[in-house]
This record gives sequence, structure tokens and C-alpha cells, in this order.
Amino acid sequence: MSKLVQWTAAIVIGVIGCSMADIASGQVADAVRDAEQQRIQAVAKAVVSAVAVFSADGNGGGSGVVISPDGYALTNFHVVQPVGDYMQCGMADGRLYDAVLVSIDPTGDVALIKLFGRDDFPTAELADSDDIRVGDWCFAVGNPFLLATNFEPTVTYGIVSGVHRYQEPAGTILEYTDCIQTDAAINPGNSGGPLFNSEGNLIGINGRGSFEKRGRVNVGLGYAISINQIKHFMGYLHSGRIVDHATLGATVDADEEGRVVVSNILESSDAFRRGLRYSDEVVAFGGRTIDSPNAFKNVLGIYPKGWRVPLSYLRDGTRHDIHVRLAGVHAREELLAKIQEAPTDEPPPKPAPQGEEDKPQGDGQEKAPPKPHGETAKVPDELQQYIKHRSGFANYYFNELNRSRVWNAFHDAAGDFAETRGEWRLSKGEEFSITLGNEESAIKTTTAAFSLNREKDLSEQLEPQGSGGMLATLHLWRRMLVEGPTAFGDVVYVGRAPLIGQEGLYELFQGTYDVVETHFYFDPMSGELRCVEMAPDPGVDPCELQLFDYRDVEGKKLPHRMLIRHGDEDFLDLEIQSIQLSKTAKPEA
Amino acid sequence: MIQRLSIHGLTERKSGWGRVFEPPAITAPRGSKIRPQPHPFNLVFFVIVTLWCWALQNNEARAAQSFANIVESVQPQMVKIYGAGGIRGLEPYQSGFLISSDGHILTAWSYVLDTETINIVLDDGRRFEAELLGADPRIEIAVLKIDAIELPFFDLNEAVDLNAGSRVLAFSNVFAVAAGNEPVSVLHGSVAATTKLSARRGAYATTYHGAAYILDAMTNNPGAAGGALTDRRGRLAGVLGKELRNSLDNTWLNYALPIPEIRSSVNEILAGNSRPISSEPDRRRPIESVTLASLGIVLVPNVVEKTPPYVDRVLPDTPAAEAGVRPDDLVLFVNDRLVNSAKILQEELLYIDRIDEVRLVVQRQQQLIEVSLFAE
Repeated sequence: MSKLVQWTAAIVIGVIGCSMADIASGQVADAVRDAEQQRIQAVAKAVVSAVAVFSADGNGGGSGVVISPDGYALTNFHVVQPVGDYMQCGMADGRLYDAVLVSIDPTGDVALIKLFGRDDFPTAELADSDDIRVGDWCFAVGNPFLLATNFEPTVTYGIVSGVHRYQEPAGTILEYTDCIQTDAAINPGNSGGPLFNSEGNLIGINGRGSFEKRGRVNVGLGYAISINQIKHFMGYLHSGRIVDHATLGATVDADEEGRVVVSNILESSDAFRRGLRYSDEVVAFGGRTIDSPNAFKNVLGIYPKGWRVPLSYLRDGTRHDIHVRLAGVHAREELLAKIQEAPTDEPPPKPAPQGEEDKPQGDGQEKAPPKPHGETAKVPDELQQYIKHRSGFANYYFNELNRSRVWNAFHDAAGDFAETRGEWRLSKGEEFSITLGNEESAIKTTTAAFSLNREKDLSEQLEPQGSGGMLATLHLWRRMLVEGPTAFGDVVYVGRAPLIGQEGLYELFQGTYDVVETHFYFDPMSGELRCVEMAPDPGVDPCELQLFDYRDVEGKKLPHRMLIRHGDEDFLDLEIQSIQLSKTAKPEA
Repeated sequence: MIQRLSIHGLTERKSGWGRVFEPPAITAPRGSKIRPQPHPFNLVFFVIVTLWCWALQNNEARAAQSFANIVESVQPQMVKIYGAGGIRGLEPYQSGFLISSDGHILTAWSYVLDTETINIVLDDGRRFEAELLGADPRIEIAVLKIDAIELPFFDLNEAVDLNAGSRVLAFSNVFAVAAGNEPVSVLHGSVAATTKLSARRGAYATTYHGAAYILDAMTNNPGAAGGALTDRRGRLAGVLGKELRNSLDNTWLNYALPIPEIRSSVNEILAGNSRPISSEPDRRRPIESVTLASLGIVLVPNVVEKTPPYVDRVLPDTPAAEAGVRPDDLVLFVNDRLVNSAKILQEELLYIDRIDEVRLVVQRQQQLIEVSLFAE
């Protein structure tokens, strides 16, 4: 009985206490006021980074969001596609900024642009979009229907309706994988604009909606490209290139028991070389559990071409864990052709024909006919220097910019090798010596000797056997250091990519010389060259030359440990005791 | 009281509590005087309960709180339904939810169910073929059954009532965005009005004329019909209706059927009262039964397995002609028993004595019409 009294008293006091608090605050509970304040602050924090994108001729456009103080901003590929490589961007401060196109990811429907005029642009804070859950509050910021004449963006609030959604390609190319579904109103003009979480941090780029018979307006289903996917592509998006997505070289299907099994695999694919076979059950990919074909497609869609991604499969009850190098979805010409025919915009809202859903949300209103890529209206003189056309690139200026940046960082870290154009000798006592030079490159050990024949293609000289071309790779390594990216051959800044066994992402060059493709991975922190990969043919495993233990050699820094890998095997772990660099400049024949 | 959810509810409750319980609020702390030496254990209780009350209160007011946990608790009850359609813009899918632990599913009565094989995909990805237990076309609901046990479900008897202003969540496989074990889509909104659907010709034409929650969210899209409407705590409140367009101004109405409107119909179906008599064992046929010919009805040719029982012709000077049956009427019920094919309709008539009444419910465009016929 006494306990009952106490319970009752406690409940009464609890309830009264709370009620009194409410009354004191004028009928609205503090928690409600707090929530309101939180929301106001989140919106205030978020809107300043939003961008209204307009084509130079004032017709059409979309939205975007600034992600760095020097003005790099994300938007949709299908927003910039009809706009060309010069555009104008309004921000919440009421000002209009000039901007140029940097890179496009047509498959992922993402583009990076750069605004000019400030070095202190307000930026969006990038969240971890894998942390969001269905039911979380979120809000879209942008310029739907191009309403904002003073560039003050529109905010639409909603909840996350679905995560890890897979949306089939619309039209010819745009595929939304692993995207975020929201009921926040996404209308024409919101395209390319940011989706924020309730704290006002960026979780995605809005770009698509489900429409059917109700015309091209919001029907409660909008889709945003997850910011985590874009983070993977971020380095690539700064490269000025037309960025491609990846394929495994294998397809999967669900079998009768619902297991995800390999239904087709190319023998020329890296997955095949790593051991994956028809009917193997894929259980994990990219660090995620795979329980449906859509889950597999979601993972595949968030990685760029060329990345190596962990994959686990089951065969006869045994689990195999491998790393697979992803190939490009499109051949170069194919990608260029598809961009030309990609959906850009549609006529103004009208009842759509049956089955027309999930179209990208273009631009806003009535539009001028789209211009072919590259052709722009009256680029201001001061911006001309930031636009450079080259086939296969969205804006070659940014490729050169980043190539120089990475190369300069390497110079700062390791020194200038341009003067050491003579023979290089790397040795460890009597055990071995490696000679690298324009005239001759050779390896001598106590039992064997190899040298490169200058008359033959490098791709045919893969000695020592089993190394995948160690000597040729060393030869190209020296060539890059001596000649630099401008004289090595054709060298492109690719972006940032992971290295197996190493933390973080590395700055990646792709150099083509003497028909072989060579990749150079630079450490973005130290500036050092960490790895050189030479692939004589895309269908075979490259020779990987990993470089460690940089030490002083005649005022420069060079690696004193080299790990040579081929396929799944370590071929050689080389400790180098002495390095001699000859300065004799012998002109190349 | 604490279950009231809207801001309006909150205000009401506060004034109520304040008025009734303010005096005890002063005396209650003195309760300790009655027990001069309170046991520490009791103090712990006291603190816990006070905190609990505060938490409840706070919960209620925390408008900005994520729905994530609630959404997660509702999803296992939701099912994806695949059936007929796929032509002329008719999507071959819709939504539904479990209403018993042994596999009863409530959904919308629609063309999607008009097939031999209705496929169900549970939230965990398991696939089943469902049997159509029964339907009530007057309120556009149907009950399916799958062969499974120990499933999570919504108890219709625990459904909550909503007011205008109540915040709601709508769960459905709208546009079939989710497949396999992917959770269905969730939209949020508020009840804009609780009213009756008026079926004016041309404007919002619907066979359902009962009470409805009108919603301010875009809930009624292709595939959403049969989805669950819950309050903001995930408690069942209604069934999402079909797409409803006003042909005069091309606007769309988003609505849900309150559970109390459909509960008795569902119970009738669960009791087996809407199943065709011909499906029940040991039923005796009369010596002389009713035939379509004796009523004066000619159905469209029975060409496929489940030809819908559309009236092709009505013969002059027959009971059907007198009762006003017309060509193109779709027969839905015979003496309250659902007949969803020409074959079942004919079998059903075999169990009706020639001298007895035949009550038909027919659908004529968006209208349901009940007629009474006597063969003799």
C-alpha cells in the first residue's frame, strides 16, 4: 500500500513538474522550442552554401552546392550538360558569381564546377551518408522552378523515405545507385542542389524523381546521389576529365534460394584472374554484405573505374576474400557518344506518357535548345584562361593544374631529377645490380642477367619471368622521374585511388609511353611516389612496383626498398644499399 | 491522455492536468512526512518514475526527433504484392500489411488481385503465393492469406483514431521502388481533414463513400494502395486508398480509410462469410437452382481461367431487365458472396433455389448497385 502511495506521488509530481515547465514557457514545451531553434540553425547553416546555376544566356539551369572555400561546387551532369563550360551562379548572399565546368561524371549524373570571385566561399559540411536512417528528417535546398530572383534558395523539408535505393538507368546513361529517397519536395530546378540532414550537413545531391501521370512536379519521391559515393569520385571530379563508372567484368543474379551468384564472367576480367568463377556466391563487396542483386549493383555504382575493391565469395562452403580491380563501364568513344545523346531536359510540365517515370529533373523552366558540349556563349575574357578544350576532357585546364600540383609536391619532397639524365645504378653489394638509362636498362644477379632491347616494344619484354615486367617498370619509373609528366609521354592526372594494404587515397597519374599504360601513385601527404604499375595489356595483371624507405641520395630522395608484386604474389622484396646517379646527359636517339 | 499526439492534444491535456491535479502537487512531496524514514530503494523508484514521466513528456514534444526507430518497428509488418496488370499503365503491384501472425494480409481491392497467382514478398525478402480470402468492393479492401506462421502483424483492434492535424507516416511500395528484402518507402504528413469521400460524377469518382482521412502528403501514388497509415508512433490508423483524380481540374486526392470503417468487413471475410458457397464442403444444392438464363443474363464469353463476370446482354422481359441490370455491369457479389470469375458466378447460382431471392451487387463504372431478382 505504502509503495503504491509513493508511486502515485512520484507520477503526479513528475507529470505536474513537466506541465508546470510547459506553462512557464507559454504553452509551448521547451523541447518544441529547442527543436524549432535547432531546425532554424541547421537551415541557416546550410542555405549559405547553396548555389543557383544559370546558363550564360539566362535560360535554364539548376542548383548546386559549394564544398570548398575556393569555390568548387557540386551539381548534376544533366544540369551542366546543356549549359556548356561557362555558367553563372547565384548564392544566398544575393551575388552572382562566374563559374566554369571542371569535370563530369555522366553515369553518376554528377558534375563539379568552380566559382570565381572569392577565396572564402561558405561551404557545406559533408556528412557520412551511410549513417542516415529511414525516418530521419532532412531538407533540400535549391532553386525549384527558378523562383528565387534574389538567389535566396528555397528550402523544402521532409524525411528520408529509403536508403540504398537502386534506380535503373534513365534514358541512355544516368544510373542512380545506392541513392537516398526522400519525400522532401524535389521539383524541376532542384536538380544538382544539396540534400542536408537535420544538422544541416550535406548527405546528397538531388537529381531525380518518380513521376508518372502527374506531370513533372514533385509526387513525394525524390532521389539524391549519396555524398559518400561522391566522396569516392572526388579526386576524379577534380581532374577535368569525363569520369567513368566501373564494372566487375561479371554479372550476378539471385538463384532460387535467393543467393546472389555469378551469372556471367569475362575471362579477361581482373575478377576472373583473382579466382572468381561462374556460380560462385558473392557474399560481400566493398565492405558490405550482399543479399540481393540490387545490393551488388549499389556497391558497384559508388566506385570509380580503376579502383580495387574487396570482394568475398563462397565456393563449396569456403569463403574467399579477394581485391578486384574494377574496369571502366564504357569504352572512351562510347562514353563520349553517350554524353551527346544523354537526356538533358524535357519540355515544361505536361502529363507524361505512360511509363515515363524517373526522369532526371532537369533545369527549371522553358529552355533554349541545348547547345552541343563545349560551345558556350560569350565567356568573359578573365575566365578564358580557366577553360581548355581537349577531346575526352570536360576541361583540360584542371587536369594540367592538378598534374602540376602533384608533380610539384613530388619535387618538393624528393628533388629534381631532370639533371640526372645519365645512368642510374641501384645495387646491394654483389647480390644484384640494376642499371637504368636511356641507352641501356639491365638487371644483373649472381645467377642471371636481363636487359631491355630498345628495338622491341616494352610490352613484349616482361623479364624477369613471373614479375610481370619488373625491368620495364623500373625503366619507366626512372623515365618519369627524369623527364617529368610533360615529357614522359602522354600523362593524365586521373584523380585519387586506393592502394591495397595502404591507408587512404593516392594521387594517380596515368602515363602512356611506348604502347604501355603506367600508373603512378603519389602520397598526397608526403608527396612521395609510392607505387608504379605497368600493364602491358588491360587483359593481364600489371607489374606493381611499390616504393618505400625514401633516403637521401646526392641531395635527392629515392626509395631504398622496392616490393615487386604480380597478380596475387610478391615477386621480390628488394633492399637497396647504394644508388648512384650519373648526370651525363645522353640525348635520346 | 499521454497518447494524444497533436499539438492540439498537448494543449488540451495540459489544461486538464493543471486543473485537476494542481492541489495534489503541493501535498505530494509531503508524502515523505508520512514515512519519516524513506528507504533509499524507494527514493530510487521515485527518481526513476519522475524521470520516466519527464521522458514521456519530452518524447511527445520532441517534434524534430527522427522517426527511424518507429519506421524500423513498422517495416516488418509491410508486404509487397505483385499480381495482374502491366498493360495500359496499370501497374502490376500494390502494397499490403500483415494483420495476423499466421499470414493474413490486408490490402486494397483492385485489378492487381484479379489473377490466379498473387505473389507476396515479406519485408525479410521471403516470397509466398497468396490466396484471396475475400474482398469488400464497397470499401475497396481485400484480405489475402499466405502459408506462414509467427509473423509480426498489426492488430486491427488496437488501431488508433486520428484527428485533423495528427502527424502520420505512410508506408507503401509506391512505384515498386523496393524489391526483395528492401524496406518499402515511408512518407510523412498530417491528417488535413477527417471527412466522408463524396463521389460526385467526374470529380473524385470512387466507389468508396465512407469516412476517410484526407492527407497533406503525396501518399496515393501508383502501387501505394493497401499501404499502412500509422500515427507518428507507428500505430496503425488506416489503409492507404487508391489513386483518386478529379477529372475536372486534374488534381489528386490523397486519402486513407480509417480502420474502424473496415474492421467489420475484415472480420466477415476472416469468418469466411464472403467466400463463395461453392468453395465450402458439404453444401447441398437445391433440386432446382437458379440459372443465368432464368434471370435473363448473358455474360461475356468465358475465354480465360478467370474471366471477370461482365454482363454482355440482358434479355428483354426477364427478371434482370426488370431489375435494371445493364450490359457492361460487373457482377461482384451474389447473396453477399464474392464472385470474381464467370465460372464461380455460375457455380454459385447452383446453390440458390429457384424460388429464392438472388441479390446481386454490380459495379457500373464507379458506382456499386444492389439489385434483387426472383427467377420465378
